[in-house]
Amino acid sequence: MKKFKENLSERIFLLIALSALSVLALITVFIFIHGLPIITKVGIFNFVFGMKWAPSQGAYGIFPMIVGSVSVTLGAAILGVPVAICCSIFLTEFAPSMLRNIFRPAIQLLAGIPSVVFGFWGVLYIVPLIRNYLGGPGLSILAGSIILAIMILPTIISISEVSLLALPQQYREGAFALGLTHWQTIYYLLLPAAKSGIVAAIILGLGRAIGETMAVIMVLGNAVAIPQSILDPARTLTTNIGIEMGYATGEHQQALFATGIVLFIIIMILNASAQYITRKK
Amino acid sequence: MKINPRTSQKIAKFVIWSAALLVIAILLAIISDILLKGIPTISWQFLSEIPRNMGRSGGISSSIVGTLLLTVVAVIIATPFGIGTAVYLTEYTRESKITRMIRFSAESLAGIPSIVFGLFGFIFFVTYLQMGWSILSGGLTMAIMILPTIIRTSEEAIRTVPNLYREVGFSLGATKWQTITKTVFPSALPGIANGIILSIGRCVSETAAVILTAGSALRMPTSLFSPTRTMAVHFYILAREGLSTENAYGTAALLLILIFLINVVFNMLVNRFVSKGR
Repeated sequence: MKKFKENLSERIFLLIALSALSVLALITVFIFIHGLPIITKVGIFNFVFGMKWAPSQGAYGIFPMIVGSVSVTLGAAILGVPVAICCSIFLTEFAPSMLRNIFRPAIQLLAGIPSVVFGFWGVLYIVPLIRNYLGGPGLSILAGSIILAIMILPTIISISEVSLLALPQQYREGAFALGLTHWQTIYYLLLPAAKSGIVAAIILGLGRAIGETMAVIMVLGNAVAIPQSILDPARTLTTNIGIEMGYATGEHQQALFATGIVLFIIIMILNASAQYITRKK
Repeated sequence: MKINPRTSQKIAKFVIWSAALLVIAILLAIISDILLKGIPTISWQFLSEIPRNMGRSGGISSSIVGTLLLTVVAVIIATPFGIGTAVYLTEYTRESKITRMIRFSAESLAGIPSIVFGLFGFIFFVTYLQMGWSILSGGLTMAIMILPTIIRTSEEAIRTVPNLYREVGFSLGATKWQTITKTVFPSALPGIANGIILSIGRCVSETAAVILTAGSALRMPTSLFSPTRTMAVHFYILAREGLSTENAYGTAALLLILIFLINVVFNMLVNRFVSKGR
Protein backbone atom coordinates (compact mmCIF):
# COMPACT_ATOMS: atom_id res chain seq x y z
CA MET A 1 0.00 0.00 0.00
CA LYS A 2 2.81 2.37 0.99
CA LYS A 3 4.69 1.45 -2.15
CA PHE A 4 1.58 2.06 -4.22
CA LYS A 5 1.13 5.49 -2.67
CA GLU A 6 4.74 6.39 -3.39
CA ASN A 7 4.39 5.35 -7.01
CA LEU A 8 1.17 7.27 -7.31
CA SER A 9 2.70 10.45 -5.93
CA GLU A 10 5.63 10.12 -8.33
CA ARG A 11 3.22 9.78 -11.26
CA ILE A 12 1.26 12.81 -10.12
CA PHE A 13 4.41 14.89 -9.79
CA LEU A 14 5.53 13.80 -13.26
CA LEU A 15 2.18 14.93 -14.66
CA ILE A 16 2.50 18.30 -12.93
CA ALA A 17 6.09 18.64 -14.12
CA LEU A 18 4.97 18.14 -17.70
CA SER A 19 2.82 21.29 -17.43
CA ALA A 20 5.59 23.62 -18.64
CA LEU A 21 6.27 21.36 -21.61
CA SER A 22 2.60 21.02 -22.55
CA VAL A 23 1.93 24.72 -22.20
CA LEU A 24 4.88 25.51 -24.47
CA ALA A 25 3.53 23.00 -27.00
CA LEU A 26 0.04 24.49 -26.74
CA ILE A 27 1.35 28.02 -27.32
CA THR A 28 3.35 26.91 -30.34
CA VAL A 29 0.45 25.00 -31.86
CA PHE A 30 -2.13 27.75 -31.39
CA ILE A 31 0.08 30.59 -32.63
CA PHE A 32 1.11 28.58 -35.68
CA ILE A 33 -2.40 27.34 -36.50
CA HIS A 34 -3.65 30.88 -36.47
CA GLY A 35 -0.74 32.53 -38.27
CA LEU A 36 0.39 30.00 -40.87
CA PRO A 37 -2.58 30.29 -43.30
CA ILE A 38 -1.75 33.90 -44.16
CA ILE A 39 1.95 33.11 -44.57
CA THR A 40 1.16 30.33 -47.03
CA LYS A 41 -1.30 32.57 -48.82
CA VAL A 42 1.03 35.55 -49.19
CA GLY A 43 4.10 33.37 -49.60
CA ILE A 44 6.81 33.16 -46.97
CA PHE A 45 9.27 35.27 -48.98
CA ASN A 46 6.75 38.04 -49.64
CA PHE A 47 5.69 38.03 -46.01
CA VAL A 48 9.18 38.26 -44.51
CA PHE A 49 10.78 40.49 -47.15
CA GLY A 50 7.69 42.42 -48.30
CA MET A 51 8.15 46.18 -47.94
CA LYS A 52 4.48 47.08 -47.81
CA TRP A 53 2.20 46.63 -44.79
CA ALA A 54 -1.29 47.83 -45.65
CA PRO A 55 -3.88 45.47 -44.14
CA SER A 56 -6.77 47.38 -45.74
CA GLN A 57 -5.33 46.58 -49.19
CA GLY A 58 -4.36 43.04 -48.27
CA ALA A 59 -0.62 43.82 -48.34
CA TYR A 60 1.25 42.04 -45.59
CA GLY A 61 5.02 42.58 -45.70
CA ILE A 62 6.85 42.80 -42.41
CA PHE A 63 10.38 43.65 -43.57
CA PRO A 64 10.24 47.24 -42.19
CA MET A 65 9.30 45.80 -38.79
CA ILE A 66 12.15 43.31 -38.89
CA VAL A 67 14.55 46.17 -39.67
CA GLY A 68 12.95 48.18 -36.83
CA SER A 69 13.30 45.34 -34.30
CA VAL A 70 16.89 44.62 -35.28
CA SER A 71 17.93 48.27 -35.15
CA VAL A 72 16.42 49.11 -31.72
CA THR A 73 17.82 45.89 -30.32
CA LEU A 74 21.31 46.59 -31.70
CA GLY A 75 21.09 50.15 -30.39
CA ALA A 76 20.06 48.89 -26.96
CA ALA A 77 22.96 46.41 -27.00
CA ILE A 78 25.53 49.06 -27.98
CA LEU A 79 24.36 51.39 -25.21
CA GLY A 80 23.41 48.85 -22.55
CA VAL A 81 25.88 45.97 -22.73
CA PRO A 82 29.06 47.91 -21.77
CA VAL A 83 27.29 49.62 -18.89
CA ALA A 84 25.81 46.33 -17.69
CA ILE A 85 29.14 44.50 -17.77
CA CYS A 86 30.83 47.38 -15.94
CA CYS A 87 28.09 47.15 -13.30
CA SER A 88 28.58 43.41 -12.83
CA ILE A 89 32.34 43.95 -12.46
CA PHE A 90 31.56 46.74 -10.00
CA LEU A 91 29.37 44.41 -7.95
CA THR A 92 31.79 41.50 -7.83
CA GLU A 93 35.17 43.28 -7.77
CA PHE A 94 35.10 46.93 -6.81
CA ALA A 95 32.06 47.74 -4.67
CA PRO A 96 32.60 48.06 -0.93
CA SER A 97 30.22 45.65 0.78
CA MET A 98 27.96 48.46 2.01
CA LEU A 99 27.49 49.82 -1.51
CA ARG A 100 26.95 46.31 -2.82
CA ASN A 101 24.08 45.89 -0.37
CA ILE A 102 22.45 49.00 -1.81
CA PHE A 103 23.29 48.37 -5.44
CA ARG A 104 21.91 44.83 -5.65
CA PRO A 105 18.39 45.64 -4.39
CA ALA A 106 18.45 48.75 -6.58
CA ILE A 107 19.01 46.56 -9.63
CA GLN A 108 16.17 44.28 -8.49
CA LEU A 109 13.96 47.33 -8.17
CA LEU A 110 14.92 48.43 -11.67
CA ALA A 111 13.84 44.97 -12.88
CA GLY A 112 10.51 45.38 -11.08
CA ILE A 113 9.52 48.73 -12.60
CA PRO A 114 6.65 48.16 -15.08
CA SER A 115 7.75 48.55 -18.69
CA VAL A 116 5.02 51.14 -19.32
CA VAL A 117 6.63 53.37 -16.70
CA PHE A 118 9.89 53.33 -18.68
CA GLY A 119 7.95 54.23 -21.82
CA PHE A 120 6.14 57.08 -20.07
CA TRP A 121 9.39 58.46 -18.66
CA GLY A 122 11.00 58.16 -22.09
CA VAL A 123 8.21 60.16 -23.74
CA LEU A 124 8.44 62.89 -21.11
CA TYR A 125 12.23 63.24 -20.90
CA ILE A 126 14.22 61.34 -23.55
CA VAL A 127 12.03 62.14 -26.57
CA PRO A 128 12.03 65.96 -26.07
CA LEU A 129 15.78 65.86 -25.40
CA ILE A 130 16.39 64.15 -28.75
CA ARG A 131 13.92 66.42 -30.58
CA ASN A 132 15.53 69.60 -29.21
CA TYR A 133 19.19 68.72 -29.47
CA LEU A 134 19.48 66.23 -32.31
CA GLY A 135 16.46 67.05 -34.44
CA GLY A 136 13.80 64.86 -35.99
CA PRO A 137 10.48 64.01 -34.35
CA GLY A 138 12.15 62.73 -31.17
CA LEU A 139 10.05 59.56 -31.29
CA SER A 140 12.84 57.53 -32.81
CA ILE A 141 15.05 54.46 -32.89
CA LEU A 142 17.48 56.32 -30.63
CA ALA A 143 14.78 56.94 -28.00
CA GLY A 144 13.71 53.28 -28.20
CA SER A 145 17.32 52.11 -27.90
CA ILE A 146 17.97 54.25 -24.81
CA ILE A 147 14.83 53.02 -23.03
CA LEU A 148 15.51 49.38 -23.95
CA ALA A 149 19.17 49.74 -22.89
CA ILE A 150 17.95 50.72 -19.41
CA MET A 151 15.40 47.90 -19.36
CA ILE A 152 17.88 45.13 -20.24
CA LEU A 153 20.43 46.21 -17.61
CA PRO A 154 19.03 44.06 -14.76
CA THR A 155 18.96 40.89 -16.89
CA ILE A 156 22.54 41.27 -18.10
CA ILE A 157 23.93 42.50 -14.77
CA SER A 158 22.47 39.72 -12.66
CA ILE A 159 23.41 36.85 -14.97
CA SER A 160 26.97 38.12 -15.58
CA GLU A 161 27.36 38.74 -11.86
CA VAL A 162 26.49 35.10 -11.15
CA SER A 163 29.07 33.85 -13.64
CA LEU A 164 31.78 36.17 -12.28
CA LEU A 165 30.99 35.11 -8.71
CA ALA A 166 31.25 31.46 -9.70
CA LEU A 167 34.96 31.83 -10.55
CA PRO A 168 37.28 30.32 -7.93
CA GLN A 169 38.92 32.82 -5.60
CA GLN A 170 42.35 31.28 -6.44
CA TYR A 171 42.22 32.98 -9.86
CA ARG A 172 42.36 36.36 -8.20
CA GLU A 173 44.90 35.34 -5.58
CA GLY A 174 47.22 33.80 -8.17
CA ALA A 175 47.03 36.86 -10.41
CA PHE A 176 47.72 39.25 -7.55
CA ALA A 177 50.63 37.10 -6.43
CA LEU A 178 52.11 37.45 -9.91
CA GLY A 179 51.92 41.22 -9.53
CA LEU A 180 49.01 41.90 -11.90
CA THR A 181 46.85 44.91 -11.16
CA HIS A 182 43.20 44.34 -10.32
CA TRP A 183 42.14 45.51 -13.77
CA GLN A 184 44.67 43.26 -15.52
CA THR A 185 43.29 40.35 -13.49
CA ILE A 186 39.76 41.21 -14.55
CA TYR A 187 40.61 41.81 -18.20
CA TYR A 188 43.02 38.94 -18.87
CA LEU A 189 41.67 36.36 -16.47
CA LEU A 190 38.21 36.84 -15.00
CA LEU A 191 36.32 38.13 -18.04
CA PRO A 192 37.66 35.41 -20.39
CA ALA A 193 36.93 32.76 -17.75
CA ALA A 194 33.36 34.00 -17.30
CA LYS A 195 32.88 34.52 -21.03
CA SER A 196 30.20 31.91 -21.67
CA GLY A 197 28.02 33.19 -18.83
CA ILE A 198 28.39 36.79 -19.96
CA VAL A 199 27.60 35.92 -23.57
CA ALA A 200 24.48 34.05 -22.43
CA ALA A 201 23.54 37.09 -20.33
CA ILE A 202 23.86 39.36 -23.36
CA ILE A 203 21.79 37.02 -25.55
CA LEU A 204 19.02 36.87 -22.94
CA GLY A 205 19.17 40.66 -22.66
CA LEU A 206 18.79 40.96 -26.42
CA GLY A 207 15.82 38.60 -26.25
CA ARG A 208 14.25 40.85 -23.66
CA ALA A 209 14.85 43.90 -25.88
CA ILE A 210 13.44 42.34 -29.02
CA GLY A 211 10.37 41.09 -27.12
CA GLU A 212 9.52 44.30 -25.29
CA THR A 213 6.31 45.90 -26.49
CA MET A 214 4.62 48.60 -24.45
CA ALA A 215 7.61 50.82 -23.64
CA VAL A 216 8.65 50.71 -27.27
CA ILE A 217 5.18 51.59 -28.59
CA MET A 218 5.34 54.80 -26.58
CA VAL A 219 8.74 56.09 -27.73
CA LEU A 220 9.32 54.66 -31.19
CA GLY A 221 6.83 56.62 -33.30
CA ASN A 222 5.49 53.44 -34.94
CA ALA A 223 5.78 54.51 -38.60
CA VAL A 224 5.77 51.59 -41.05
CA ALA A 225 8.80 52.52 -43.17
CA ILE A 226 12.42 51.48 -43.34
CA PRO A 227 14.21 54.00 -41.09
CA GLN A 228 16.99 55.97 -42.75
CA SER A 229 18.72 57.15 -39.57
CA ILE A 230 18.58 56.54 -35.85
CA LEU A 231 16.52 59.72 -35.49
CA ASP A 232 13.70 58.29 -37.63
CA PRO A 233 10.62 56.68 -36.13
CA ALA A 234 10.17 52.95 -36.74
CA ARG A 235 7.94 50.03 -35.90
CA THR A 236 9.03 46.70 -34.45
CA LEU A 237 7.48 43.22 -34.72
CA THR A 238 6.12 43.49 -31.18
CA THR A 239 4.65 46.97 -31.55
CA ASN A 240 3.02 45.94 -34.81
CA ILE A 241 1.06 43.34 -32.85
CA GLY A 242 0.48 45.60 -29.84
CA ILE A 243 -0.93 48.48 -31.86
CA GLU A 244 -3.17 46.64 -34.28
CA MET A 245 -4.37 43.64 -32.27
CA GLY A 246 -7.04 45.77 -30.61
CA TYR A 247 -9.09 46.15 -33.77
CA ALA A 248 -7.78 43.55 -36.25
CA THR A 249 -10.13 40.89 -37.59
CA GLY A 250 -9.97 38.12 -40.19
CA GLU A 251 -6.89 38.05 -42.39
CA HIS A 252 -5.44 41.11 -40.68
CA GLN A 253 -5.57 39.32 -37.32
CA GLN A 254 -3.95 36.23 -38.86
CA ALA A 255 -1.16 38.43 -40.21
CA LEU A 256 -0.52 39.70 -36.68
CA PHE A 257 -0.31 36.10 -35.45
CA ALA A 258 2.09 35.46 -38.32
CA THR A 259 4.17 38.40 -37.06
CA GLY A 260 4.06 36.60 -33.71
CA ILE A 261 5.39 33.43 -35.38
CA VAL A 262 8.41 35.31 -36.75
CA LEU A 263 9.03 36.85 -33.31
CA PHE A 264 8.59 33.45 -31.65
CA ILE A 265 11.14 31.82 -33.96
CA ILE A 266 13.71 34.60 -33.40
CA ILE A 267 13.28 34.32 -29.62
CA MET A 268 13.48 30.51 -29.61
CA ILE A 269 16.75 30.68 -31.58
CA LEU A 270 18.16 33.24 -29.11
CA ASN A 271 16.98 31.19 -26.10
CA ALA A 272 18.30 27.92 -27.43
CA SER A 273 21.70 29.44 -28.18
CA ALA A 274 21.91 31.02 -24.71
CA GLN A 275 21.03 27.66 -23.14
CA TYR A 276 23.53 25.86 -25.41
CA ILE A 277 26.34 28.26 -24.46
CA THR A 278 25.73 27.90 -20.72
CA ARG A 279 25.42 24.10 -20.92
CA LYS A 280 28.58 23.62 -22.98
CA LYS A 281 30.67 24.47 -19.97
CA MET B 1 51.53 52.69 -27.47
CA LYS B 2 51.42 50.61 -24.33
CA ILE B 3 49.53 51.95 -21.36
CA ASN B 4 51.15 51.65 -17.99
CA PRO B 5 49.28 49.00 -15.93
CA ARG B 6 48.81 51.46 -13.12
CA THR B 7 47.21 53.99 -15.46
CA SER B 8 44.94 51.37 -17.01
CA GLN B 9 43.90 50.31 -13.53
CA LYS B 10 42.94 53.90 -12.72
CA ILE B 11 41.03 54.44 -15.95
CA ALA B 12 39.16 51.14 -15.59
CA LYS B 13 38.24 51.88 -12.01
CA PHE B 14 36.93 55.29 -13.02
CA VAL B 15 34.87 53.90 -15.92
CA ILE B 16 33.37 51.11 -13.82
CA TRP B 17 32.43 53.40 -10.95
CA SER B 18 30.87 55.88 -13.39
CA ALA B 19 28.78 53.13 -15.00
CA ALA B 20 27.47 52.03 -11.61
CA LEU B 21 26.70 55.61 -10.57
CA LEU B 22 25.01 56.25 -13.92
CA VAL B 23 22.64 53.31 -13.39
CA ILE B 24 21.79 54.46 -9.86
CA ALA B 25 21.22 57.99 -11.16
CA ILE B 26 18.83 56.76 -13.87
CA LEU B 27 16.92 54.65 -11.35
CA LEU B 28 16.62 57.57 -8.94
CA ALA B 29 15.60 59.93 -11.74
CA ILE B 30 12.74 57.64 -12.83
CA ILE B 31 11.49 56.77 -9.35
CA SER B 32 11.71 60.28 -7.91
CA ASP B 33 9.96 61.78 -10.93
CA ILE B 34 7.04 59.32 -10.70
CA LEU B 35 6.71 59.51 -6.92
CA LEU B 36 7.09 63.30 -6.61
CA LYS B 37 4.53 64.04 -9.31
CA GLY B 38 2.27 61.08 -8.56
CA ILE B 39 1.90 61.01 -4.80
CA PRO B 40 0.04 64.37 -4.59
CA THR B 41 -2.69 62.83 -6.79
CA ILE B 42 -3.19 59.83 -4.51
CA SER B 43 -5.99 60.46 -2.08
CA TRP B 44 -8.77 58.42 -0.53
CA GLN B 45 -11.00 59.64 -3.34
CA PHE B 46 -8.50 58.50 -5.97
CA LEU B 47 -8.34 55.04 -4.38
CA SER B 48 -12.05 54.58 -3.73
CA GLU B 49 -13.78 56.13 -6.74
CA ILE B 50 -14.47 54.54 -10.09
CA PRO B 51 -12.81 56.23 -13.10
CA ARG B 52 -15.04 58.83 -14.73
CA ASN B 53 -14.90 60.39 -18.17
CA MET B 54 -12.60 57.64 -19.57
CA GLY B 55 -10.22 58.07 -16.65
CA ARG B 56 -9.75 61.81 -17.09
CA SER B 57 -11.25 62.31 -13.66
CA GLY B 58 -12.38 60.13 -10.79
CA GLY B 59 -10.30 57.41 -9.18
CA ILE B 60 -9.02 53.97 -10.06
CA SER B 61 -10.83 51.68 -7.62
CA SER B 62 -12.08 49.29 -10.32
CA SER B 63 -8.54 48.94 -11.66
CA ILE B 64 -7.17 48.19 -8.21
CA VAL B 65 -9.77 45.45 -7.67
CA GLY B 66 -9.17 44.04 -11.16
CA THR B 67 -5.40 43.96 -10.63
CA LEU B 68 -5.75 42.18 -7.29
CA LEU B 69 -8.19 39.55 -8.58
CA LEU B 70 -6.15 38.84 -11.70
CA THR B 71 -2.96 38.48 -9.67
CA VAL B 72 -4.64 36.15 -7.16
CA VAL B 73 -5.96 33.93 -9.97
CA ALA B 74 -2.54 33.76 -11.62
CA VAL B 75 -0.65 32.98 -8.42
CA ILE B 76 -3.15 30.40 -7.13
CA ILE B 77 -3.00 28.49 -10.41
CA ALA B 78 0.73 28.78 -11.10
CA THR B 79 2.05 28.07 -7.60
CA PRO B 80 1.05 24.40 -7.24
CA PHE B 81 2.25 23.61 -10.76
CA GLY B 82 5.50 25.49 -10.22
CA ILE B 83 6.30 23.90 -6.87
CA GLY B 84 5.17 20.46 -8.06
CA THR B 85 7.49 20.69 -11.06
CA ALA B 86 10.37 21.77 -8.83
CA VAL B 87 9.72 18.88 -6.42
CA TYR B 88 9.68 16.42 -9.30
CA LEU B 89 12.91 17.80 -10.76
CA THR B 90 14.75 17.76 -7.46
CA GLU B 91 13.33 14.85 -5.45
CA TYR B 92 11.97 12.27 -7.83
CA THR B 93 14.35 11.96 -10.74
CA ARG B 94 17.93 12.03 -11.81
CA GLU B 95 18.97 14.06 -14.82
CA SER B 96 17.37 12.40 -17.80
CA LYS B 97 15.85 13.21 -21.14
CA ILE B 98 12.59 14.15 -19.46
CA THR B 99 14.15 16.54 -16.96
CA ARG B 100 16.18 18.15 -19.73
CA MET B 101 13.02 18.65 -21.77
CA ILE B 102 11.14 20.09 -18.80
CA ARG B 103 14.01 22.49 -18.05
CA PHE B 104 14.29 23.50 -21.68
CA SER B 105 10.55 24.27 -21.82
CA ALA B 106 10.63 26.27 -18.59
CA GLU B 107 13.62 28.32 -19.76
CA SER B 108 12.04 28.84 -23.16
CA LEU B 109 8.76 29.96 -21.58
CA ALA B 110 10.74 32.45 -19.49
CA GLY B 111 12.13 34.02 -22.65
CA ILE B 112 8.91 34.28 -24.68
CA PRO B 113 7.83 37.93 -25.06
CA SER B 114 4.73 38.93 -23.16
CA ILE B 115 2.96 40.01 -26.35
CA VAL B 116 3.20 36.40 -27.63
CA PHE B 117 1.58 35.20 -24.39
CA GLY B 118 -1.04 37.84 -25.07
CA LEU B 119 -1.67 36.45 -28.57
CA PHE B 120 -1.91 32.92 -27.16
CA GLY B 121 -4.19 33.95 -24.30
CA PHE B 122 -6.42 35.82 -26.73
CA ILE B 123 -6.78 32.94 -29.17
CA PHE B 124 -6.91 30.13 -26.57
CA PHE B 125 -8.68 31.44 -23.46
CA VAL B 126 -10.64 34.39 -24.86
CA THR B 127 -11.70 32.91 -28.20
CA TYR B 128 -11.27 29.11 -28.26
CA LEU B 129 -12.42 28.39 -24.69
CA GLN B 130 -14.92 31.27 -24.97
CA MET B 131 -14.00 32.90 -21.67
CA GLY B 132 -14.08 36.30 -23.35
CA TRP B 133 -12.00 39.22 -22.17
CA SER B 134 -12.06 38.47 -18.47
CA ILE B 135 -10.12 38.37 -15.24
CA LEU B 136 -10.04 34.58 -15.64
CA SER B 137 -8.49 34.72 -19.15
CA GLY B 138 -5.97 37.30 -18.00
CA GLY B 139 -5.17 35.40 -14.81
CA LEU B 140 -4.65 32.11 -16.66
CA THR B 141 -2.40 33.81 -19.21
CA MET B 142 -0.37 35.39 -16.40
CA ALA B 143 -0.22 32.02 -14.63
CA ILE B 144 1.59 30.60 -17.66
CA MET B 145 3.91 33.61 -17.75
CA ILE B 146 4.96 33.31 -14.11
CA LEU B 147 5.21 29.50 -14.13
CA PRO B 148 8.91 29.45 -15.13
CA THR B 149 9.82 31.94 -12.40
CA ILE B 150 8.13 29.83 -9.73
CA ILE B 151 9.69 26.62 -11.06
CA ARG B 152 13.20 28.10 -11.11
CA THR B 153 13.10 29.78 -7.69
CA SER B 154 11.44 26.76 -6.03
CA GLU B 155 13.97 24.41 -7.59
CA GLU B 156 16.86 26.52 -6.32
CA ALA B 157 15.27 26.75 -2.88
CA ILE B 158 14.69 22.98 -2.65
CA ARG B 159 18.21 22.22 -3.87
CA THR B 160 19.76 24.29 -1.08
CA VAL B 161 18.05 22.10 1.56
CA PRO B 162 20.87 19.91 2.93
CA ASN B 163 20.69 16.23 2.00
CA LEU B 164 21.00 15.40 5.68
CA TYR B 165 17.37 16.45 6.19
CA ARG B 166 16.23 13.84 3.69
CA GLU B 167 18.53 11.16 5.07
CA VAL B 168 17.29 11.72 8.60
CA GLY B 169 13.72 11.61 7.35
CA PHE B 170 14.24 8.31 5.54
CA SER B 171 16.22 6.80 8.41
CA LEU B 172 13.27 7.47 10.72
CA GLY B 173 11.11 5.42 8.36
CA ALA B 174 9.32 8.35 6.77
CA THR B 175 8.08 7.95 3.21
CA LYS B 176 9.32 10.22 0.47
CA TRP B 177 6.08 12.17 0.60
CA GLN B 178 6.37 12.67 4.36
CA THR B 179 10.01 13.69 4.10
CA ILE B 180 9.21 16.23 1.42
CA THR B 181 6.19 17.78 3.12
CA LYS B 182 7.49 17.69 6.68
CA THR B 183 11.17 18.57 6.32
CA VAL B 184 12.25 19.61 2.84
CA PHE B 185 9.33 21.87 2.04
CA PRO B 186 9.30 23.98 5.24
CA SER B 187 12.99 24.79 4.99
CA ALA B 188 12.66 25.66 1.31
CA LEU B 189 9.64 27.88 1.93
CA PRO B 190 11.40 31.26 2.17
CA GLY B 191 13.01 30.71 -1.22
CA ILE B 192 9.71 29.57 -2.72
CA ALA B 193 7.97 32.64 -1.25
CA ASN B 194 10.55 34.85 -2.92
CA GLY B 195 9.61 33.36 -6.27
CA ILE B 196 5.96 34.08 -5.57
CA ILE B 197 6.78 37.69 -4.67
CA LEU B 198 8.65 38.11 -7.95
CA SER B 199 5.63 36.68 -9.76
CA ILE B 200 3.17 38.97 -8.03
CA GLY B 201 5.30 41.92 -9.10
CA ARG B 202 5.22 40.65 -12.66
CA CYS B 203 1.43 40.26 -12.67
CA VAL B 204 0.94 43.76 -11.30
CA SER B 205 3.22 45.40 -13.85
CA GLU B 206 2.34 43.41 -16.98
CA THR B 207 0.54 45.25 -19.74
CA ALA B 208 0.89 43.66 -23.17
CA ALA B 209 -0.38 40.18 -22.24
CA VAL B 210 -3.14 41.51 -19.99
CA ILE B 211 -4.63 44.07 -22.36
CA LEU B 212 -5.20 41.33 -24.96
CA THR B 213 -6.77 38.87 -22.52
CA ALA B 214 -8.50 40.83 -19.74
CA GLY B 215 -9.53 43.74 -21.93
CA SER B 216 -9.68 47.36 -20.87
CA ALA B 217 -13.17 47.83 -19.40
CA LEU B 218 -13.41 50.47 -16.69
CA ARG B 219 -16.42 48.95 -14.89
CA MET B 220 -16.05 47.46 -11.43
CA PRO B 221 -15.64 43.69 -11.98
CA THR B 222 -18.50 41.61 -10.56
CA SER B 223 -17.07 38.12 -11.13
CA LEU B 224 -14.02 36.38 -12.54
CA PHE B 225 -15.75 36.46 -15.90
CA SER B 226 -15.90 40.25 -15.95
CA PRO B 227 -13.45 42.09 -18.16
CA THR B 228 -11.19 44.50 -16.33
CA ARG B 229 -8.52 47.11 -16.84
CA THR B 230 -5.56 46.49 -14.54
CA MET B 231 -3.64 49.43 -13.13
CA ALA B 232 -0.72 48.98 -15.54
CA VAL B 233 -3.11 48.88 -18.51
CA HIS B 234 -5.03 51.89 -17.17
CA PHE B 235 -1.76 53.81 -16.81
CA TYR B 236 -0.74 52.83 -20.34
CA ILE B 237 -4.02 54.02 -21.84
CA LEU B 238 -4.01 57.28 -19.86
CA ALA B 239 -0.42 58.03 -20.86
CA ARG B 240 -0.62 56.95 -24.49
CA GLU B 241 -3.87 58.67 -25.30
CA GLY B 242 -2.88 61.75 -23.30
CA LEU B 243 -6.12 61.61 -21.31
CA SER B 244 -4.75 62.82 -18.02
CA THR B 245 -1.09 63.21 -17.14
CA GLU B 246 -2.06 63.82 -13.53
CA ASN B 247 -4.00 60.56 -13.16
CA ALA B 248 -1.32 58.72 -15.13
CA TYR B 249 1.32 59.87 -12.66
CA GLY B 250 -0.96 58.94 -9.74
CA THR B 251 -1.53 55.43 -11.10
CA ALA B 252 2.18 54.94 -11.82
CA ALA B 253 3.15 56.09 -8.33
CA LEU B 254 0.62 53.68 -6.85
CA LEU B 255 2.05 50.86 -8.97
CA LEU B 256 5.58 51.58 -7.76
CA ILE B 257 4.46 51.84 -4.13
CA LEU B 258 2.53 48.58 -4.47
CA ILE B 259 5.61 46.81 -5.81
CA PHE B 260 7.65 48.13 -2.86
CA LEU B 261 4.98 47.02 -0.38
CA ILE B 262 4.60 43.52 -1.82
CA ASN B 263 8.33 43.04 -1.36
CA VAL B 264 8.46 44.38 2.17
CA VAL B 265 5.36 42.62 3.53
CA PHE B 266 6.27 39.23 2.11
CA ASN B 267 9.85 39.49 3.34
CA MET B 268 8.54 40.20 6.81
CA LEU B 269 6.17 37.21 6.68
CA VAL B 270 8.95 34.98 5.44
CA ASN B 271 11.37 36.09 8.15
CA ARG B 272 8.74 35.52 10.81
CA PHE B 273 8.02 32.05 9.50
CA VAL B 274 11.69 31.18 9.46
CA SER B 275 12.31 32.34 13.04
CA LYS B 276 9.21 30.46 14.27
CA GLY B 277 10.25 27.27 12.53
CA ARG B 278 13.63 27.15 14.25
